[in-house]
Amino acid sequence: MPTVELRFTALPAHVRTARLVAVSLGRRAGLDEEVLDEVRLAVGEAATRAVGRHRVACPAEPVLVRLTDSPASFVAEVVDCAVEPTHEVAESTADVGAADLSVVAEAATSSPDHGDDELPPGVDLAVISGLVDDVTVESGPGGSVVRMAWPVTEHAPNTPSGFGASNAPA
Amino acid sequence: MDLSLANRTEGDKTVVSVGGEIDVYTAPKLREQIVALVDDGRYHLVIDMEDVEFLDSTGLGVLVGGLKRVRAHDGSLRLVCTQERILKIFRITGLTKVFPIHATVAEAVAAQD
Repeated sequence: MPTVELRFTALPAHVRTARLVAVSLGRRAGLDEEVLDEVRLAVGEAATRAVGRHRVACPAEPVLVRLTDSPASFVAEVVDCAVEPTHEVAESTADVGAADLSVVAEAATSSPDHGDDELPPGVDLAVISGLVDDVTVESGPGGSVVRMAWPVTEHAPNTPSGFGASNAPA
Repeated sequence: MDLSLANRTEGDKTVVSVGGEIDVYTAPKLREQIVALVDDGRYHLVIDMEDVEFLDSTGLGVLVGGLKRVRAHDGSLRLVCTQERILKIFRITGLTKVFPIHATVAEAVAAQD
């Protein structure tokens, strides 16, 4: 079972909350600071993506973040329940990662007619796959899960804290 | 909001000092600042990112939007950033090739296209 589950209203203000909780747990899992920067950014991108999807498809539903600290890995899953329009599904991050990064620079240098700040869709997943080796995106009719995992080489020593007994294996 | 903004004129440029976190929640504030400056005829911008603690793709989108806005007026948008953890997202997205990135405000202000 996840070590920590966080459900938050699909609002931009709470993406930071998700980042902070993920980094806090990742630090306790023994990830070093450079990896924690990746966790912060990757979880933030995934949470931002989920919030955007909810605001279009299901604004009243909360976004779910599941964080699991296990002996071998630290896993963050961001779950949305946005029903997928049929033309938009990205089935694998391999496709997303390779293609979309190249369009970012193109978009930046293209005509400024529309003045739209949005980068092309999929940049968030492309950033995540550029940062994290172990990423999967599962899309289904009821929503999607972005799962990101980082190896843990050794755990930080157990120190008494508010987590208390949950330091024991779940 | 977890974002601070200040701007001043230096040379022929306007320096925007940004502090805190630029994400989906705070990026609109930066966008509004850039739009206001461009509307005010300031087309040569230097965005000082040295006090930025976090930047994600939403923030990148605002910077890209800013670049396009000033370029529509033959202007320029330069960044000041030496923090590797902020530069990382520019590297991953290839935007280091698109934005001039300087080590100091003085260098950015002095630069001419």
